Amino acid sequence: MPETDRESIGPQQAEALPHIVEARLWFVREVLPLEAVLRQYLRHNWRDRSDIEDLLQDVYVRVYESARKQIPDAPKSFVFTTARNMLINRMRERHVVPIEAVTDLDALGIAMDAPGPDRSALARDELRRLQDAIDRLPPRCREAIVLGRINGLSGREIATRMGVTEATVSKHLTDGMCTLSDMLYGEPAADPRRPA
Amino acid sequence: MSETTHTEADAVPARQIKADAAVWLERRHFWNWSAEDQAALDSWRAESSAHEVAYLRMEAAWGRTERLAALKPSETENAPPSRVRTVSRIAVGVAVALMWGVAGMYYISRPVEKVYATALGGHRTVTLADGTLIELNTDTVLRAQIGASDRLVSLEKGEAYFQIKHDPARPFVVTAGNQRVTDVGTKFLVRRSAGRLEVAVMEGRVQLGASDGRGPRMLTQGDVAVASGNAVSIARKQVQTLTNELGWRHGVLVFDHTTLADATDEINRYNRTKVVVTDPSVARLTIDGTFPTSNIGAFTDAAQEIFRLRVDRRGDEMVISR
Repeated sequence: MPETDRESIGPQQAEALPHIVEARLWFVREVLPLEAVLRQYLRHNWRDRSDIEDLLQDVYVRVYESARKQIPDAPKSFVFTTARNMLINRMRERHVVPIEAVTDLDALGIAMDAPGPDRSALARDELRRLQDAIDRLPPRCREAIVLGRINGLSGREIATRMGVTEATVSKHLTDGMCTLSDMLYGEPAADPRRPA
Repeated sequence: MSETTHTEADAVPARQIKADAAVWLERRHFWNWSAEDQAALDSWRAESSAHEVAYLRMEAAWGRTERLAALKPSETENAPPSRVRTVSRIAVGVAVALMWGVAGMYYISRPVEKVYATALGGHRTVTLADGTLIELNTDTVLRAQIGASDRLVSLEKGEAYFQIKHDPARPFVVTAGNQRVTDVGTKFLVRRSAGRLEVAVMEGRVQLGASDGRGPRMLTQGDVAVASGNAVSIARKQVQTLTNELGWRHGVLVFDHTTLADATDEINRYNRTKVVVTDPSVARLTIDGTFPTSNIGAFTDAAQEIFRLRVDRRGDEMVISR
């Protein structure tokens, strides 16, 4: 198809290269589900809690960039090895804490050879988990998210329905998305308050 | 393990990048979104891997909540707008959904092809995982594959009305035979019969082209394109006329100066018993009115009364003649 036609198609993203698409899918499928354990690992090995978000992001960036070159065979072990190496480098830079402190993966019960969490068990819990996450949003935020996600309303329609400005709706929705992402990826899958 | 490009020089805190990713996603999902917006998002994502992973994460989390949208029961466009659901109502939906099993849970990573079909006289509304509504008319077979980067539907036969949940990053493509319809944000009808394809645009725009990428052309509201073989003709119709063509969504056929030949072809799509008109002078008569798709009798009675025609039942056929 000549290049000019692409123009007329309108908003269409230039096709991403296949290996980048692969890396994205792999990241979403294999890496993101490890976030809760990864956070736990980082908290366990790093004193300053306010650094956790940045550390997590750095692990993600390294893992993702590696995956763009080649998709690692064993995602879990790759992610935690990356995290471990990164922590060791940070500690060396800051001349703190003996290296041994971060080699201790077993202490957290992170079995490297074990397969990831049972997919069907995860799936069974997924809806309960989603509901629980929505329930825990602040009320106005929850209302905006429910109107937008379940009733499928646009931002403008939500504003009308809730009787607030569009900017307020945007804020609720954005906050809601952020919070949901932390609840869905940042927290362990099994919720101790709700036995299965 | 390479310790290469990344340093701690990323001055922007991760928390901020996460919030930015949510702002992008929120804008894309809930507000008007143009090609320029998409280009801006693409370049933001390309700026750094930190942006990219933050966006992937936010999008994936939001994608998971799409499960909740799928709990909404299908409804036709004219149904009253649904009320604000309380969370307890969601809980009921969740309980119901648990019985569906887990298929489709991982559609983000593994698009699964699903087949939807209707029998003769059937009508079915399907809500896809992405929120798109598809209504299948009589005797229709359609395959859908909703993935993370594209959405593909193949109309094997019959007729379907699409109300696309627009997503510039994930084009919605309908293929039918050797033709391809690409959504640019819209509601449209695709009807496939032997050697012929009709595309009618109710709202917004679609692009119609051959599967091999040749001859793409833009159709806008009111355009009706008919493709047969390699020839495509485009006519513009009143939106009201198009709405009439969608009468089947409510179980009726709307005829407006329609010839008996066309009208019988139409009603025969819905019923095992077929109306037959052989006399050309009868076939040319035109008829107005609204008829239930499933009630051939109402149609033949009208023909009988209005035009004083004969109707003879012969087995599975109703023969109209003078």
